[in-house]
Amino acid sequence: MAGLELLSDQGYRLDGRKATELRKLQARMGVFTQADGSAYLEQGNTKALAVVYGPHEMRGSRSRTLHDRAVINCQYSMATFSTAERKRRPHGDRKSTEMSLHLKQTFEAAVMTQLYPRSQIDIYVKILQSDGGNYSVCVNAATLAVIDAGIPMRDYVCACTVGFVDETPLADLCYAEENGGVSSLALALLPRGGQIALLQMDARLHQDHLETLIEAAMTACKGVSKVLDEVVRQHLQEASVLTGE
Amino acid sequence: IGKPRPAVPAEGYLEFFVDCSANATPEFEGRGGEELGTKLSNTLYKVFNNKRSIDLKSLCICAGEHCWVLYVDVLLLQCDGNLYDAISVAIKAALFNTKIPKVHISSDEEGGKEIELSDDPYDCMRLNVENVPCIVTLCKVGHRHVVDATLQEKACSVASLIISVTHKGTITCMRKVGGGSLDPESIFEMTEAGKRVGKALHAPLMKLLEQEESLGKKRQKVGFLG
Repeated sequence: MAGLELLSDQGYRLDGRKATELRKLQARMGVFTQADGSAYLEQGNTKALAVVYGPHEMRGSRSRTLHDRAVINCQYSMATFSTAERKRRPHGDRKSTEMSLHLKQTFEAAVMTQLYPRSQIDIYVKILQSDGGNYSVCVNAATLAVIDAGIPMRDYVCACTVGFVDETPLADLCYAEENGGVSSLALALLPRGGQIALLQMDARLHQDHLETLIEAAMTACKGVSKVLDEVVRQHLQEASVLTGE
Repeated sequence: IGKPRPAVPAEGYLEFFVDCSANATPEFEGRGGEELGTKLSNTLYKVFNNKRSIDLKSLCICAGEHCWVLYVDVLLLQCDGNLYDAISVAIKAALFNTKIPKVHISSDEEGGKEIELSDDPYDCMRLNVENVPCIVTLCKVGHRHVVDATLQEKACSVASLIISVTHKGTITCMRKVGGGSLDPESIFEMTEAGKRVGKALHAPLMKLLEQEESLGKKRQKVGFLG
């Protein structure tokens, strides 16, 4: 860690960004024809692929059917080549199961499940290259995929990971920053109403700093939502040109 | 870098892993895709992991102690039939693209060997993929056979034959899959057709790979965003 300054005196981070600057976000919807909805999203060097199947009839245990709303089933997995050291098990380990549960919780808050009783919506997210902010990239990619599938949502779900270094909040952490002993907070937000779908933090942070950190996270998420909105509108424009409207 | 297999101490080896992701079909969620994945990896071991396809001796660093282990990971994103062919073409291209850093062995004080990898990203060893075979799958539909079958065509077929062909037209491995039975004449016919198709597949593939290689830095990485 010696010599690696997460925030230099001039206010620049390891990759040259400013404290509140997000990484470059590029996304594309409708990458797969077989699935109902799909999206590919790149945030800096982190690449994620999200695929949505549904709403369809409950598969597997019929007993888990809910009579008044749809069940959301998420699976998070990482490709074996996504990290610097080869990952042996793509899914099924504890971290992936935990992430899947978090994604499920996030999307249950946003997707209008009461429109599809007794059915199931599957959301599968795969990380192709991991460079920090895995959860946030997954949520953003999955939002686009759900929109591509035509499933109604209350609002976009945008997520961002923020950290706290030297009294300054850093938005959109990369891998080196995440592992550099920074207290990080992951936040999933529904931008229009300003409602938080998921908040997760597991590090020590002084109570006074919490408010600034959440504020910074919310601003970052609103920035992400603008980009996602652009992507959706452009995709819609391309699709309507193809169908000749 | 790993320890070489005890049976062949002077060679490296390849490890295959095929991950059928849930993106392909919802049935592959959780443990569902493992069966197909193991079936595919076992066939790939048979086809690719022998000294005639790849020069495994070049993967040896220190006989009996250290060797290069190449982990070949295949990620299936969408399935529309003819998995073996697509996977073999992808593996051949990936092996062509592999850059293995050159290793210097020096002995330190206690007599143990120290391995140093050269830091220069251009000082690397490339693999010779001339002899790497490509797999051609032929499906028997009615009285005729079809190459490169889609999922619907596969559903109509009785059985299929998987042949791995090198660029010279030599068959290295052959396997029959499927529930139906094939009579010997059709197997001969299918092998001849497979040899022809396989031979014709290698030349354009190598040309394309070399073309992309020669673009060097100007190469545009398209990926999903293109």
